Amino acid sequence: MIRVQREDFDVGLELERLTAGTYRIGGVASFIGLVRDMGGSHRISALTLEHYPGMTERKLAEIETEAHRRWPLDAILVIHRYGRLEPGDRIVLVATASPHREAALAACHFLIDWLKTDAPFWKSEETPAGERWVEARAEDDTARERWAPPP
Amino acid sequence: MKLLYFAWLRARVGCAEEEVALPPQVQDVAGLLDWLQSRGGRYAEALRDLSVVRVAVNQDYVGREHPLRESDEVAIFPPVTGG
Repeated sequence: MIRVQREDFDVGLELERLTAGTYRIGGVASFIGLVRDMGGSHRISALTLEHYPGMTERKLAEIETEAHRRWPLDAILVIHRYGRLEPGDRIVLVATASPHREAALAACHFLIDWLKTDAPFWKSEETPAGERWVEARAEDDTARERWAPPP
Repeated sequence: MKLLYFAWLRARVGCAEEEVALPPQVQDVAGLLDWLQSRGGRYAEALRDLSVVRVAVNQDYVGREHPLRESDEVAIFPPVTGG
């Protein structure tokens, strides 16, 4: 399931819902992305996330389909927020449920790596020096490439 | 054709969305970017470095050689930074 929303989410509640109604699931893996403030010369007071409504949901659904194709998963949940967020706020939740931990852990890692390079979101930071658009990082492309293309 | 701009490209161009009539010589994405640059001013400034410009046509990432039609929705934006 994919959700793109302005509102915060309750991690405990979301994970509980993911496994409700079935006893097949042996493990749930999750990743939670937060707004960070590294301090020093990288101080930020807020982060604003902009996205491309329509394309965002479409790309996330494609990534979800790809994860299902690669691993035996009972459920996938991706929640990505947009709008203005402050340090410590949750940005994204990726959770995967599977009978076995290997599939859940690998798929969760895959989903966050692909999401970073494929989902049309952009971040702008509020810093002491003014507003600054976050630049894409080459390491994110490298992380994506770690997952071989589909055969 | 409907053009959408996001992130700093939206800020530099000065609008999020516009309708344009495509000149007949514009056949593909590369041609569209050339034509937008030739409009000068904010467009030339925003599109000065095309190595940091990405394009989606009808909500799919495409390369510069992708053909265009008047009915397309074309989005122009910097590399994405979600997650």
